[in-house]
Amino acid sequence: MATDSAAVLDGDRLEVAKARHPLAEAAGMFFRNHTAVAGLVTLAIIVVGSLVGPYVYTVDPYEMVWAPFSEPGADGFVFGTDYLGRDLFAGVVNGGRVTLAVGLSAALLSVFIGVSIGALSGYYRGWVEEALMRITEFFQVLPTLLFSMVLVALFGASLAMVTFAIGIVSWTAVARVTRSEFLRLREMEYVTSSRSSGARDLGLMLIVILPNALPPIVVQAALMVGSAILFEAGLSFLGLSDPNVVSWGQIIGSNRPYILDAGWTVALPGFFIFVTVLAISLVGDGLNDALNPKLRER
Amino acid sequence: MSEPHSGPLLSLRDLTVEFATRDGTVPVLDRLSIDLDAGATLGLVGESGCGKSMTALAIMGLVPSPPGRFAGGSILFADEDLTRASDAHLRDIRGNSISMIFQEPMTSLNPVYTIGEQIAEVLRRHQDLGRRAAWERAVELLDSVSIPLPGRRAHDYPHQLSGGMRQRVMIAIALACRPRILIADEPTTALDVTVQAQIFDLLQALREETGTAIILITHDMGVVAEMTERVVVMYAGRMVEEGPVRDILSEPHHPYTRGLIASVPHLHAEVSDEPEDLLEIPGIVPSLAEFGQERCLFAPRCPRVSDRCRSEQPLLRGSGGWHKAACWHPEAGPA
Repeated sequence: MATDSAAVLDGDRLEVAKARHPLAEAAGMFFRNHTAVAGLVTLAIIVVGSLVGPYVYTVDPYEMVWAPFSEPGADGFVFGTDYLGRDLFAGVVNGGRVTLAVGLSAALLSVFIGVSIGALSGYYRGWVEEALMRITEFFQVLPTLLFSMVLVALFGASLAMVTFAIGIVSWTAVARVTRSEFLRLREMEYVTSSRSSGARDLGLMLIVILPNALPPIVVQAALMVGSAILFEAGLSFLGLSDPNVVSWGQIIGSNRPYILDAGWTVALPGFFIFVTVLAISLVGDGLNDALNPKLRER
Repeated sequence: MSEPHSGPLLSLRDLTVEFATRDGTVPVLDRLSIDLDAGATLGLVGESGCGKSMTALAIMGLVPSPPGRFAGGSILFADEDLTRASDAHLRDIRGNSISMIFQEPMTSLNPVYTIGEQIAEVLRRHQDLGRRAAWERAVELLDSVSIPLPGRRAHDYPHQLSGGMRQRVMIAIALACRPRILIADEPTTALDVTVQAQIFDLLQALREETGTAIILITHDMGVVAEMTERVVVMYAGRMVEEGPVRDILSEPHHPYTRGLIASVPHLHAEVSDEPEDLLEIPGIVPSLAEFGQERCLFAPRCPRVSDRCRSEQPLLRGSGGWHKAACWHPEAGPA
């Protein structure tokens, strides 16, 4: 009986949902997904912590404050100290910002490149598509880590360069997703209809087609932030990060030689990277379920 | 009603559009010549794949390319050849002087914008209206296509409207800039019969009000009889018969036209009357590969076929007046 009324209620809610903006509908869908909400909450805590943390916990992460390799909890340092005697907790609190910023801007860069290339090739077809897809394939077959290592090694390990190096190697997936959406949507009647009412190509791409193509691109972009963070950590682990700016990856990288003796110096920032990327993946999956009409049936 | 001979508003002259296929290029429109006077109504009739929609796209300058291209002839709109016009100029014409409504009202509206936004968009593009003025005009247009509570409905998304409502919105978009020609590509095929009648009434009323010439593309001879003054029957990219609607319906010359008319069910005064058999045209429209051959392309399906039909292409011949047909063995007498 209780389940019956719940079903009816759910049915009613569906009816109501029908009359709303598609985005509102997707948002409702997202917030009914518990794992996605858990991911979102975790992510929110991490983001807020990284933004506010440095003002609350004001220890300078660059300053040597104690003896090196003090274990977590000992001597009043929650996360202990690293090989130079710097407060690891201060490092984690301050590093979050940089890690997130690098992840976000690298993802934005790759989304920008990917959407531009995918949109142009899917919309114009013909030789434009051929040329752009060959370029995409070129970037796809490049060993990404190696290529970005070369870039950073050549042009210096500044934060901007690391971001650029990550963005430039990871846009191919976005380009492919965007292209396939454009290929599908350009045949829709409302596109022909807009064209027959005098819309220009740029308007058709940006105003008519792109909003309809966004759902899979948004999902891809969300997942991209996670992989960009991992990428930054990977580069840092290999020592290719800005040594003057503390990030989670940079902490791991600089403490790498002591991983056997002082495992926590690597494990703690690694744990934060893991949780952040996991949270982003959960949010990305939730977005995928909410925005993908085929999965919505379930 | 417009006078004949006053210089047509739109004139297709030997228009040929070719498609590149694996077996070489084929003419999907084969030396097509059609005149349309200002304010007139023209029916473009034929089965699917006969080139009706391609004719519409050609007039709009929207032939998909590749595989299509203009291969000859001209499209004169107010004495200007549209096949030679620049893209920018064509964009000015589209939606402004010539506009089009499509078959599927379900998919012809962009799902992510409200209908008010979509009408306003066209107005802002062509009429230099501000955001506010365009919106107000959009609401007026919704009112003029008989959408109830237009001020509120303008905020609706397409999925909140019924098929008939959406087609009204499409008509509002198409007529937003008071075009001189409206091309309606099977505007009611996807709608209920009662809604069909409403849409046609609306189109008629708007035509009388605005003086817009209408090209109605359909396969339904009943619709043609209802809506148009003149009919062009197309088959395999060619015009096979042309004339005033009354002549064509009462005395079709081409066997294909006869077939089209015979395949429309008629209502009988007496329900108890034995219904006439519906005649179908045997066979199917030829494949693209056969288009453009120097013979009568209808021959394989024709009851009156002779050897001449298979070896020689019939040209349009008149039997007096404006009624012309491309057939070696035209039929006389009522359908």
